[in-house]
Amino acid sequence: MTVYLLRRLLQSLLVLVAMSVIVFVGVYAVGDPVEILISPDADQFERERAIRALGLDLPLWQQYLVFVKNALQGDLGRSFVFSEPALQLILQKMPATMELAFGAMFISILIGLPLGLYAGLKPESPGAKVIMAGSILGFSLPTFWVGLMLIMVFAVQLGWLPSTGRGETLYGWSFLTANGLSHLLLPAINLALFKISLVIRLTRSGVRETMLMDYVKFARAKGLSPARVTYVHVFKNILIPVVTVVGLELGSTIAFSVVTESVFAWPGMGKLIIDSINVLDRPVIVAYLLIIVLMFIVINLVVDILYSVLDPRVRLEGQA
Amino acid sequence: MSDVTLDKAPVAPREETPFRRFVSEFMSSKIAVGGLLVFLVIVVVALLAPWIAPQNPYDLGQIDIMDGRLEPGEVGASGITHWLGTDDQGRDMLSGIMYGLRISLTVGAGSALIACLVGASLGLLAAYAGGRTDTVIMRLVDLQLSFPTILAALMILAFLGKGIMNVVIALVIVEWAYYARTVRGSALVERRREYIEAAQCLALPTRRILFRHLLPNCLPPLIVVGTIQVARAIALEATLSFLGLGVPITEPSLGLLIANGYEYMLSGKYWISFYPGVALLVTIVSINLMGDHLRDVLNPRLKK
Amino acid sequence: MTATLEVCDLKTHFFTRAGVVKAVDGVSFTVGRGKVLGLVGESGSGKSVTGFSIIGLVDPPGRVVGGQILFQGRDLAKISEEEMRQLRGNRIAMIFQDPMMTLNPVLRVDTQMIETVLAHEKVDRESARQRARDALGMVGIPSPEERLKSYPHQFSGGMRQRVAIAIALLHRPELIIADEPTTALDVTIQGQILAEVQKLAANTGTSLIWITHDLSVVAGLADDIAVMYAGRIVEEGQVSNVLDAPLHPYTVGLIGSVPSRNKRGEPLRQIPGMTPSLLNLPAGCAFRSRCARADEVCLKEPALFDLRPGQRARCFHPHLEEVAA
Repeated sequence: MTVYLLRRLLQSLLVLVAMSVIVFVGVYAVGDPVEILISPDADQFERERAIRALGLDLPLWQQYLVFVKNALQGDLGRSFVFSEPALQLILQKMPATMELAFGAMFISILIGLPLGLYAGLKPESPGAKVIMAGSILGFSLPTFWVGLMLIMVFAVQLGWLPSTGRGETLYGWSFLTANGLSHLLLPAINLALFKISLVIRLTRSGVRETMLMDYVKFARAKGLSPARVTYVHVFKNILIPVVTVVGLELGSTIAFSVVTESVFAWPGMGKLIIDSINVLDRPVIVAYLLIIVLMFIVINLVVDILYSVLDPRVRLEGQA
Repeated sequence: MSDVTLDKAPVAPREETPFRRFVSEFMSSKIAVGGLLVFLVIVVVALLAPWIAPQNPYDLGQIDIMDGRLEPGEVGASGITHWLGTDDQGRDMLSGIMYGLRISLTVGAGSALIACLVGASLGLLAAYAGGRTDTVIMRLVDLQLSFPTILAALMILAFLGKGIMNVVIALVIVEWAYYARTVRGSALVERRREYIEAAQCLALPTRRILFRHLLPNCLPPLIVVGTIQVARAIALEATLSFLGLGVPITEPSLGLLIANGYEYMLSGKYWISFYPGVALLVTIVSINLMGDHLRDVLNPRLKK
Repeated sequence: MTATLEVCDLKTHFFTRAGVVKAVDGVSFTVGRGKVLGLVGESGSGKSVTGFSIIGLVDPPGRVVGGQILFQGRDLAKISEEEMRQLRGNRIAMIFQDPMMTLNPVLRVDTQMIETVLAHEKVDRESARQRARDALGMVGIPSPEERLKSYPHQFSGGMRQRVAIAIALLHRPELIIADEPTTALDVTIQGQILAEVQKLAANTGTSLIWITHDLSVVAGLADDIAVMYAGRIVEEGQVSNVLDAPLHPYTVGLIGSVPSRNKRGEPLRQIPGMTPSLLNLPAGCAFRSRCARADEVCLKEPALFDLRPGQRARCFHPHLEEVAA
């Protein structure tokens, strides 16, 4: 297990280095770094000081080292707009995005798993067909448009739920207050839509494949109750792919929250990055990119570990 | 090489060509044929938009700001009945959607086609060359696929700026990897077949082996991925345009039309966002229905 | 004294889109207490479906459409699913063909054994565990205490089949249905398992239905034999009678195609043709298209004739003369 973990950590580190090179090349080599990293409003004196501070007068490989050194110290530049360190700015917005992403994943499992289970256990029933048609729709519907429709129906027409903002927060979290929760609901459903379809499909195909397995028939031949066969023998086998995918999807959920946050004016990292792109606040863009990359690497690592805990076959291969 | 026509498949005694079987199998699903018909209608409408649209929404002489935000069915100052209402500038929504479809389809299909060319070539190369070339290309693919498309596209546009060409470039960059992986997978299987060995023994040029022998046999999965990627490209373009990072105001796609209606939504003027959204949805669903069925038809594992 | 199992005119049909497949079409046999019945046939002859019909695990679109399955006098075709569940794994157990697939890969062996005990008896986990350990020891698995904590993939194929047999034995059932349990194993392991099962059945008085396509397996194990073809029993009787003096041309063909029974240098005899599709089975004897003795009489359906004491065959032209010769 330790060897396996170490090897995975090393791999992750390599990816991180590779990505930092790509970001570096993207910012420093493709564009004009002076233009990208220094505010257009800066005067000549400020520009020169910044060029020296950022080491832009050095050769490219030294520039990369300076970039890495600064990044390791948490210095990813200052936002032109807010005059705050970019990193700090993003970290402030992170709880809002995390809350939204986890809310969406919770909803997708809460809804997707039972529906997928039903569709898999009774594939010929009308209910299952409705569920599957719905899941195709869920894949096809553009998130932002569904968000607009949710606002139109539940906020404008029915007036049940608020359309924008986070509402009241407690310790910086919306889900701790009733008002905040009501603000969270629509965006979380919107973000969950795609994942619900995904979980439904995964669960259904997993159930159908597993039901055909000899070990399920053997479990029935042992006289186990149908509930035990379904919820222990079938379910534990499906849980592995579903957990893996949902876990892997945390990263993409956070990425796609860009769209949902824009629609619902949810003040998270996604809204920040769109605003930053629109006003060309580049230090924030770079910082966001690096943080997201780091997040992806951590998520992949955690999912791999979870996977090896859940599936004994993987666990053993890691030891060998 | 003159008379060696190895690349022509031997003519089957009966008229049952793979292509015909494919067509008849595809036609066996009513849903897929429905999807195809709807999609064809959409394509025709987009192509003929300048001739069948009630007005040219980008000809300032034809629109009247006084017609702004008319409800669906109202008649405007110019005497046109606006069946889907008008936007804040007084543009007829139906016409706007028809013109918007042109942009959406062009960008979606165009980027998918380029991505397919780039991806399929690299995938073929990876499979055929193997070794280090394969490793480098596939690591790039892995890296690309480990990032959500929306994020990668956002970043590329953040550095490149707006504009149709930049959107296409961004879409190609985020999508080529799917084609590359698909083609490499099936090409690796085909590579080991005897007919490739035969072609190599005949010392046919590599390019010829790659494109005349290997590629045609990788087509079925490529078609499936291609169909679904067109739908994804259209959706992604709409999303980017909605976020204000895609096409410019002067060439509004469906996504931009929806974005324009966003602020009026809260005051109950739903149609400016709603109808372009429906058009977008119908387009994407029709393509996905075809793709879903194509996957079943072309999946060799499901063949008896 | 009643037999452990009495199957009368069992019919299990599959209702597919292409039509009704009569996988089992009027099968009858009896298994006495402590007896071993060998159910022999090619793949697709309906022997496995017969086994699954008895234990009530025919998957849709198939279902038992007729006949009686009297288990200790109770008709299993009529009892509720819950009553059936209480019998399964308890009074009637089953062993499957592929030991690599019968154990759930993500559950530990102890979980899979203990749950079987707890499904039928209200005992505490510790005594259930005790039972599981004893059962593993009984089927010859060394250091059962440690092995209980293992996952299935840590066992070899033969060991897994032993685990499956141990699970089947947990409740000392009256009847075990073994569906080709040694087919997927190496020949040496096959022999071990066969010997093990024979011993256990003799010790516990358990009746056994041994489903196989391999006549040599049945020869040393079974008391009686029933040969199935196209969903019907074509010949049945005591094992020695059927194997030494087969009556039905199909049985003759089967025995003839076992390599060891041919003389060296002599070409292997084989049955021409293939098992017919059960979808559109023509009327009359199902074997007639592959049978050298078939004539127009065979267009009618033959009954199972009592041709010798304790040996019956479904044929108008049985191989009676060969005994005299």
